[in-house]
Amino acid sequence: MPRRGPWFVLLPLALLVLWHAAVTRQWVAPGIIPAPSQVAESWYRWIFGAAGTSLSPYSGTWLANVLYSSRRVLQGFLIAAALGIPLGLFIGWNRLVSNLVDPSIQLLRPVPITAWLPFSIAVFGIYDTGALFLIGLGAFYPIVVNTTHGVRDTNLLLLRAARMLGASETTILGKVVFPSALPSIFTGLRLGIGVAWTAVIVAEMIAVKSGLGYVLWDAYYVGRMDICVATMCSVGMLGFLSDRLIHGASRILLRWRALEAHG
Amino acid sequence: MAEARGPSIQLRDVWKDFVKRGRRVEALQAIEVAVEVNEFAALLGPSGCGKSTLLNMVAGFDRPTRGEVLVNGVRVERPDPSRAVVFQEPALFPWYTVLDNITFGPKTRGLRPAAYQPRVDALLEQVGLEGFESHYPAELSGGMKQRVGIARVLVMEPQVLLMDEPFGSLDAQTRLVMQELLLSVWERHHQTVLFVTHDVEEALLLADSVSVMTARPGRIKKRISVELPRPRALELTTSAAFNDLKREVLSLIREESRRAAAQSGG
Repeated sequence: MPRRGPWFVLLPLALLVLWHAAVTRQWVAPGIIPAPSQVAESWYRWIFGAAGTSLSPYSGTWLANVLYSSRRVLQGFLIAAALGIPLGLFIGWNRLVSNLVDPSIQLLRPVPITAWLPFSIAVFGIYDTGALFLIGLGAFYPIVVNTTHGVRDTNLLLLRAARMLGASETTILGKVVFPSALPSIFTGLRLGIGVAWTAVIVAEMIAVKSGLGYVLWDAYYVGRMDICVATMCSVGMLGFLSDRLIHGASRILLRWRALEAHG
Repeated sequence: MAEARGPSIQLRDVWKDFVKRGRRVEALQAIEVAVEVNEFAALLGPSGCGKSTLLNMVAGFDRPTRGEVLVNGVRVERPDPSRAVVFQEPALFPWYTVLDNITFGPKTRGLRPAAYQPRVDALLEQVGLEGFESHYPAELSGGMKQRVGIARVLVMEPQVLLMDEPFGSLDAQTRLVMQELLLSVWERHHQTVLFVTHDVEEALLLADSVSVMTARPGRIKKRISVELPRPRALELTTSAAFNDLKREVLSLIREESRRAAAQSGG
């Protein structure tokens, strides 16, 4: 494999230069897209500015909004994992549960979480619960589907080995099927956290009045495209960070698998 | 056991059919096998003759279409630790260390470490795994993995040991080492063994009896007693008595493959 080096910065840097040129040379109509420098300046004031004193209503409110959104994502994601992983294990393991539950999940899954918005507002109102419902639902599908898939992929030989060694079905589920499905479960978790960030922005744009999604829509309405872009960058970074966290956890828990790859 | 005097493993008129792509395939026909207590029995046959199917039925992974499979006089219904299996692929749990793989059985049975630890230590020494206790399967060579596969079933002190081409995926050199290892381990424990292989020398070196199987549908063509002195070592394979037996088995195999060729040709 070639050495990684700092090559990965080249493309973002080129895009930044292109963006800058597009604005300063007026390849795009002036006043629509802010220059990178302007975004950086607004973002800085949004984060570090004194709250309430500056002319900008956004000054100093970044952290609070990041915390609102992150908390919702974390809560919704944990609910989705707490329901999705056990349910996926049972669907993958038990024919009866699979026949009972799986068709409904497959039918509901194609309904985009954005389509659930009116339903969510009607049922839960403009409160946190509605946002958590959307986030949880969105993250639930990839988690349950990938867990099911992982369980069904369990090597038959390992199941036979466990039975031959006297393991009960419960022991097999916990000590053979679950660890065997764990790589697939982590894939589901990583996809799930991605959907959770999508869902939180959608929910906050419409269903609740705080968080990055709310700022994004609000800034668009008052014509602050610089704040819009800064919000997009913030969400992107948070999404990236949460994905790395899950990836890191999987690296620790799936140490035996890394050995296999090198073996 | 009530019928401890009878054969340890007994197959009475066992038939096995499969449905493959909507068609019925006969895998085994009228199988009669009797393995005595403490006997090391080999099943020798070409690939696809149904010898693994036969072993799976003794293990309890599979049921016969007709006939019955008895172990110590009791009909086999499901897998059980008293009927230990060593697979061709070691089938170790990749997320457990060597030690955790070996103690999986005893722990599952709820035994306390004090009850199985001495046995584990003795086995680690017997199969040459000392110093590898905390390794993961991925860090081991094929031969070492199979040592773990043997140790994790011997620790359960099974009544019968079922081995499905356990050294089939190893290189020739390692296979010889593992055959001697198995002989030395067996000399200590003397379980009843049913050993499936397609390797003539392996069958004759290890076993007290070799049952030669026909190509599909599998039947037992002939059972040959291997009355070579024990304890055995690899050098045995160069003796005259060994070569006489080998010649006999090879001619049986040649006869059988001619018959199979004529059948598929006609």
